Amino acid sequence: MLALLLRDLRLATRAGGGFGLSLAFFLIVTVLVPFGVGPEGGTLARIAPGILWVGALLSCLLSLDRIFALDREDGSLDLLATAPIPLEGVVAVKAAAHWLTTGLPLTLAAPVLGVLLNLPEAAFSWLTLSLMLGTPALSMIGSFGAALTVGLKRGGLLLSLLVLPLYIPTLIFGAEAAKRGAEGLAAGTPLLMLAGITLGAVAILPFAAAAAIRVNLR
Amino acid sequence: MSIWEYANPKKFMQTSSWVLPWVTGLAVLTLLVGLVWGFFFTPDDFRQGSTVKIIYIHVPSAMMAINCWAMMLVTSLIWLVRRHHVSVLAAKAAAPIGMTMTLIALFTGAIWGQPMWGTWWAWDPRLTSFLILFLFYLGYIALWEAVEDPDTAADLTSVLCLVGSVFALLSRYAVLFWNQGLHQGASLSLDKEEHVADVFAWPLWVTMAGFVLLFVALVLLRTRTEIRARRLRALEARERMA
Repeated sequence: MLALLLRDLRLATRAGGGFGLSLAFFLIVTVLVPFGVGPEGGTLARIAPGILWVGALLSCLLSLDRIFALDREDGSLDLLATAPIPLEGVVAVKAAAHWLTTGLPLTLAAPVLGVLLNLPEAAFSWLTLSLMLGTPALSMIGSFGAALTVGLKRGGLLLSLLVLPLYIPTLIFGAEAAKRGAEGLAAGTPLLMLAGITLGAVAILPFAAAAAIRVNLR
Repeated sequence: MSIWEYANPKKFMQTSSWVLPWVTGLAVLTLLVGLVWGFFFTPDDFRQGSTVKIIYIHVPSAMMAINCWAMMLVTSLIWLVRRHHVSVLAAKAAAPIGMTMTLIALFTGAIWGQPMWGTWWAWDPRLTSFLILFLFYLGYIALWEAVEDPDTAADLTSVLCLVGSVFALLSRYAVLFWNQGLHQGASLSLDKEEHVADVFAWPLWVTMAGFVLLFVALVLLRTRTEIRARRLRALEARERMA
């Protein structure tokens, strides 16, 4: 399983893996927002936590179809399905690899982009913390969506349609925690809920995703 | 008599062809009685005027929008556990109906909200959860359309329905946390005190029964259509083989 994790990380970071793509997308979304809503510092500061959360979520979405699609094309998904490790474990490892190459860089980049959006000083730590807790759920839910659509020729658009509604609770609690942190209120409750969603997703969704892959490989 | 007998499409077609006209007739009758009673034979509300009569469409459709998803959850589970073909076809047939009910509830709500709250739309928890429910229906239907092999599609959509139910419930309570409401809480109840005066409540119960019957009739009809479409495909495939 460790070998699989390393393999996925290597595939993602080397040429053609699209490692920097979601980061670049995150940057562009953040840069576009001030053009859309105007450069006033007050407005930007108020919406910054929400914008950064939505931006991170969309950038995460961008790389989801890579999780299983490439492996299915070259047949390694069949090999993984017949390998002596459970398919649920494969799914979990792949989601972890996706998080390490997408969620973690996004989390680390968010405070930097927060400077661009005039994010209040108090919010930096809360934003980073909420993204750190929430992005694993995004990767896990995303790999469930990717597992559902792995058999389809052009599943990318359908994948976003399926995954985005599932992202709503994570987004609500994540953005709420960051916003409360920015306003200096107690952000403990939404953070705990966010952690709960992540843990629940990690506990349950590998089974659902593995079931979907088995169906798709039939 | 058990539901497992109806896994046989032939048996299901026989029974449903006998049941369907009765359910349809009853649905038409109760809807006519309920709506005519509600629209023409109840007084105007002393504060809301005649807009209160939107309740006879709004409440039953909202109720069916939720119950339709619950029905799809149960039928999907039955498919996953027992490979009951008619069950999953019923879920497929119910999804567009549920989506339409959600839309009706949203639109009548907007029409009602404009004179009462002064706005067509507010990001109120109830309104938002219905919008989210609509998105779930959309995704479910899109997945059915996208997958070609019927059994694969049935499996995938069933898994999506199970996971979606969990997340839909989660969203329901997350939006409560996220924003304060404009919409009132539940007004009708079987065991608690009601907040709807009896003159309005009685026709409302009748229209609700009418919507349930209408839903059952539509699901039966659409399931029969799905079964026939499947038979047709099988016949065509056989033609091509020959």
